[in-house]
Amino acid sequence: MTSVISITGLNKIYTDGFQALDDIHLDIEEGEIFALLGPNGAGKTTLISIVCGIVNASSGEVKVRGHDIRADFRLARQQIGLVPQELSLSIFESVMATVNFSRGLYGKPRDDAWIEKILRDLTLWEKRDQRIMALSGGMKRRVLIAKALAHQPRVLFLDEPTAGVDVELRQEMWELVRGLREDGVTIILTTHYIDEAEEMADRIGVINKGKIILVDEKQALMKKLGKKQLHLVLADKLSQLPEKLQQFKLESLDDGQKLIYTFDTQKEHNEIPLLLKTLGELGVEIHDLQTEQSSLEDIFVELVGNKA
Amino acid sequence: MNIYAIKAIYLFEMARTMRTLMQSIASPVLSTSLYFIVFGSAIGSRMVEIDGIHYGAFIVPGLIMLTLLSESVNNAAFGIHMPRFTGAIYEILAAPISTREIVIGFVGAAATKSVILGLIIMLTARLFVDYSIAHPFIFLLFLILTSLSFCLFGFIVGVWADGFEKLQIIPLMVLTPLTFLGGTFYSINMLPPLWQTITLFNPVVYLVSGFRWAFYESSDVSVAVSLGMVCAFLLLCLFIVHLIFKTGYKLKS
Ligand SMILES: Nc1ncnc2c1ncn2[C@@H]1O[C@H](COP(=O)(O)OP(=O)(O)OP(=O)(O)O)[C@@H](O)[C@H]1O
Ligand SMILES: [Mg+2]
Repeated sequence: MTSVISITGLNKIYTDGFQALDDIHLDIEEGEIFALLGPNGAGKTTLISIVCGIVNASSGEVKVRGHDIRADFRLARQQIGLVPQELSLSIFESVMATVNFSRGLYGKPRDDAWIEKILRDLTLWEKRDQRIMALSGGMKRRVLIAKALAHQPRVLFLDEPTAGVDVELRQEMWELVRGLREDGVTIILTTHYIDEAEEMADRIGVINKGKIILVDEKQALMKKLGKKQLHLVLADKLSQLPEKLQQFKLESLDDGQKLIYTFDTQKEHNEIPLLLKTLGELGVEIHDLQTEQSSLEDIFVELVGNKA
Repeated sequence: MNIYAIKAIYLFEMARTMRTLMQSIASPVLSTSLYFIVFGSAIGSRMVEIDGIHYGAFIVPGLIMLTLLSESVNNAAFGIHMPRFTGAIYEILAAPISTREIVIGFVGAAATKSVILGLIIMLTARLFVDYSIAHPFIFLLFLILTSLSFCLFGFIVGVWADGFEKLQIIPLMVLTPLTFLGGTFYSINMLPPLWQTITLFNPVVYLVSGFRWAFYESSDVSVAVSLGMVCAFLLLCLFIVHLIFKTGYKLKS
């Protein structure tokens, strides 16, 4: 795998003396979806802004496909599209005009067919002649995405793309992001919604107080830390585990009133049906059952909590 | 050179002008016309000639200059301040364009508008006052150089200002007094000697004087000195803009 973005020793100290980024090292691989998770004020936007050239780094090096973002800024920036966190738009312009403007800024001649495609994909085509101030918040966010895609970037930054967006649009955005990935676009997104990262990302990075505290494959992360438990509440206490149940490595609680079966979520098939069948054969009556999963959220809370 | 980007910014700014035609062209033309009517036609006919020029005609170059300066500064300042205010500037900062290209786009558009405005006011003046232009090329040269310099100056103000109030302060508190005391309505020779000397520190004096020379071949200071002053001011503004972007001052944190 080749790095699309390579960040080494990046620091950012704002003029008021606040250190927003602390010795960041990060490599983003070609074609992946990378989710950057972190609590408010962790430094996600700062990191993205530096890579995109909106904020100056205090020290460190950033390369986009081998091009230094300062010395080689034109080549570096041409590859990048950015969807900012805030709805920063000049509201008096029409949708079409603002998207064409974005393409122009990146030094590309007009391409009506491409612009039509992205506006249709984002269901903005009907609104193309509307002024931006007449659009709803969700539509404005789509306009920002259309602007970011106008110059056909190879790397797309999405800074909290689904903040304040309804469920339907969220699904649509996920679709869009997947589609872009299929076209070979590398995607870096920040989010507060862990399920979003869980759903979308190939790799996940966690940033807290300006430090990257973890970067891993999502699958590996889930495997390492993700376990699922089946809680069984029995009708009658089971003072001793029958022989037949030994193989399931059950945990017994409340003097045998409750059984806990822990299994690996990543395994193709688990043994729950077998367990339930065995319990039935033994005549153990189940009063209630529920499953619990340690989600990325738990992992995340644990990580951020620990290192805070 | 990212020509498409310069074009995009330039057209974006010109489109803004077209959207706000009333405010950006009609209103300054109207207010300048009021000066022509009151000072040019009405009072002017009762005034003595200055340097052999009819008073109504005498004030035309200064009045064009007065509007030109304040509109150039206002418009250019607003042009760069607006995207900073809305946050839309992120896109310009993230695009593969150099600072020079950003300045050419924004200031180029603002200066174009100023030149057009200056020409419209000049033509409007003709409705109320009889005048002629002795040196059309020098007139154009002053018009263009002044527009460029003060649009650059406005750009600097727009970057410096961190609110709309500050945006208004410079044109209102600095430019208006300087233009009113810059010899628009009188010849410097009419002032007491001490004030004549003080006035020479007012850069607007040189602009008005040079501009008037282009019309009537009469001026308070030599036209060469005037031209030199405009060029010096232009260079100074270019230098400040250069510094602003070199340090990323107020545009990037
Ligand atoms: N211009 C600035 N001047 C001073 N401090 C700043 C500036 N911008 C951001 N910060 C500080 O830097 C820290 C990181 O901010 P950043 O916007 O990168 O966080 P974030 O991870 O994107 O948070 P959120 O999830 O809320 O968007 C915050 O503590 C913030 O207050
Ligand atoms: Mg943020």
